[in-house]
Amino acid sequence: MNLRHLPLTGLLGLLLTGPVVAADWMQFRGPDGNGVSPDAQLPRTLDAQSVVWTADLPGRGVSSPIVVRDRVFVTSTSGPRNAELRVLCFALSDGHLIWERQFWATGRTMTHEKISGATPTAVSDGEHVFALFSSNDCAALDLDGNLLWYRGLGKDYPNANNSLGMSSSLAIADGTLVAQVESQSESFTAGLDPATGRNRWRIERPRTSNWTSPVVFRDPEGRTLVLLLSSNGLVAVDARDGSRVWSHDDKGSTVPSVTASGGRLYVPSNGLTVLEPVAGAKPKSVWRSTQLRTGTPSPVVLGNRVFLLNDGGILSCGDATDGKRLWQLRLDGPFSATPVVAGGLLYCVNEKGLVQVVDPSKPEGERVSTLPLGQTVIATPSIASNSLFVRSDGRLWRIGRASPL
Amino acid sequence: MILSPRRLFLGLVSGLLTLVSVSAVVPSSALNALRSVGPEGQGHEAAQKAWPLVAAAPAKDLPQLLAAMDGANDYAMNWIRTAIEAVVQREIGSGGTLPVASLESFLKDTRHNPRARRLAFDLIRRADPRAADGLVPGFLNDPGNDLRREAVDRLVADAGKQVATDKAAARDTYRKALQSAREADQIESIAKTLGDLGEKVDLPQTFGWVTRWKLIGPFDNTGNRGFTQAYPPETVVDPKAEYPGKSGPVRWVDAEAQGDYGIVDFNKPFGALKEVAGYAVAEFVSDKARPAEIRLGCKNGWKVWLNGKFLFGRDEYHTGAEIDQFRLPVQLRAGTNVLLVKCTQNEQVEDWTKEWEFQLRVTDAQGTPIRSSR
Repeated sequence: MNLRHLPLTGLLGLLLTGPVVAADWMQFRGPDGNGVSPDAQLPRTLDAQSVVWTADLPGRGVSSPIVVRDRVFVTSTSGPRNAELRVLCFALSDGHLIWERQFWATGRTMTHEKISGATPTAVSDGEHVFALFSSNDCAALDLDGNLLWYRGLGKDYPNANNSLGMSSSLAIADGTLVAQVESQSESFTAGLDPATGRNRWRIERPRTSNWTSPVVFRDPEGRTLVLLLSSNGLVAVDARDGSRVWSHDDKGSTVPSVTASGGRLYVPSNGLTVLEPVAGAKPKSVWRSTQLRTGTPSPVVLGNRVFLLNDGGILSCGDATDGKRLWQLRLDGPFSATPVVAGGLLYCVNEKGLVQVVDPSKPEGERVSTLPLGQTVIATPSIASNSLFVRSDGRLWRIGRASPL
Repeated sequence: MILSPRRLFLGLVSGLLTLVSVSAVVPSSALNALRSVGPEGQGHEAAQKAWPLVAAAPAKDLPQLLAAMDGANDYAMNWIRTAIEAVVQREIGSGGTLPVASLESFLKDTRHNPRARRLAFDLIRRADPRAADGLVPGFLNDPGNDLRREAVDRLVADAGKQVATDKAAARDTYRKALQSAREADQIESIAKTLGDLGEKVDLPQTFGWVTRWKLIGPFDNTGNRGFTQAYPPETVVDPKAEYPGKSGPVRWVDAEAQGDYGIVDFNKPFGALKEVAGYAVAEFVSDKARPAEIRLGCKNGWKVWLNGKFLFGRDEYHTGAEIDQFRLPVQLRAGTNVLLVKCTQNEQVEDWTKEWEFQLRVTDAQGTPIRSSR
């Protein structure tokens, strides 16, 4: 790094904070949006001593925590009709509450009882936190809780909502904040300017219920694409203007999302369909397997293995090169949360709050340890600072190693 | 501690403003900028400059910030609220105190925005829980539901304690709570408890469902195209008319909303049909011109008109229904008002997609039923 070119404020920030921790988890399913931590090491054996700290949470929420530098951010909703929207900031080191901001929902807050108004996961650009709720309210705050802007997408577009609730998480693609807001009565995906909250683009989307989340993908031509999956198929749009680049017009899932890994796209569609984007053409279909099916959790890829977890708890391992099913392992279900990966191990949390660590390198896969948390967990966990972050409605756990920042 | 350039800037602004504004008032231009935000990011740039100025206000100015919510739109309310929270966070964090007396004065002035008053109450409760606790019974007939709920919950708790020793007194207390309750969850809960104590609550009367309707159908909704198709009742409501329907001529028939929840069921006169549309019409007599809300619960596609004016509609199917699911602000005219509801059924055949129905009531903004005077 050439310090002569670092702005004064940046230099001050560097001196005051030290180097940025590489292992932040700033969006749903982590740095690459595929559930894999590139560098974290979590304990293989979990027990009660693995819990570094816990923090109480208000109201309800099934969004994932995100971790930015020395802070953990969680969203919740509370109050009559879950109309109080909350963004909470906790200290990574000891879990104490640093600040909280509350908002009044401007859109509809009705949801299925299994989820809540805080189902979409927030996203961060490292300087700000952008929090979306089922009501399609979207708040932008800096890491100290200062408001950058507030949008009521549910009020701006009052028919774009679902009485079962909305769950698509936010993504940041090439400097554009992407909100996928898709439902039967009105559907769109918007690219917002993170600095002002204004629309950069807004595209019409199929008018069907959809709970998948957008995935950011850099294609072979170097473009940043936003992948949008719905029952009508998979569409790739250019992050700069929302224009359609290509589509895969086959029936797609409306709950689990696409997983991008190793230049390929693992699409929950007719079981599992694997696509490989190529320059100047539609993506190449690599293989399809009806034996590899997921439920609510999204696919996870680790090396040349792909893992699918169904709602009942059957973990299927397939060969990522050809889709051949290699083994199945029965875990204790049911599951809503997508597994996350660190150090070659899968961390799976079922709805009963049982954390199950799976070593997939064993011939048939092996569950190597468990940790009961004793509360219902729907949210996908997060990984940062060599720790697993799990949230229920009422509690946030840091599990793993309390490494220094 | 982390300082990005923007946060460093905000910190410097905050610090400087705190130094110079301990006795100053918040610039009205800053508050106006927050109040001027609107749809699709309108006014954000000006509000972004103003927000740190408002958030730097001394705690003594909290009532002024709360008052800025009077007449503010929903977007602006949240901009102001976060600034208030920043003020409170800084004051409490530095060992200061909140101005409980002036907050209480603000709270007691029912001309202020109900949500702002609720926020004032929360601040009082944070600073002085005992003082806040003593205020709760006074909210029983508050114009703000968020405060009223507190008092209703208190009465319900009191009644619960009475049950073991004096059931008659408990019933009286529950009845009093029910009289003040305006939100469906509280009404249902209290009614159930009274039922357990042997007293049946007249729920249709309590909720104020519109119960006398005329229905017509089925019209065609194949492929959901009937949702946008304007069938004759959308042009003129003629109770004696006959129109071509999906499977033959259709006429208006009388229908009564059924059960505790005022369900208007199209399946009853027309059969369990799929890919169909129907209309319901009701006359609603208001003794005066007044603002009101039409509150609808429906798991089918729907459109609503009042006196020939289209209000809103959505074609979402079978994702759930609840009381007051959709709230449509309207202006009733003195005399007869005509309510028209279009209700469409889609192609799904699962057991849980059979319903082709809605429930509707007319209330004031707080949820107090307004009943047709004829």
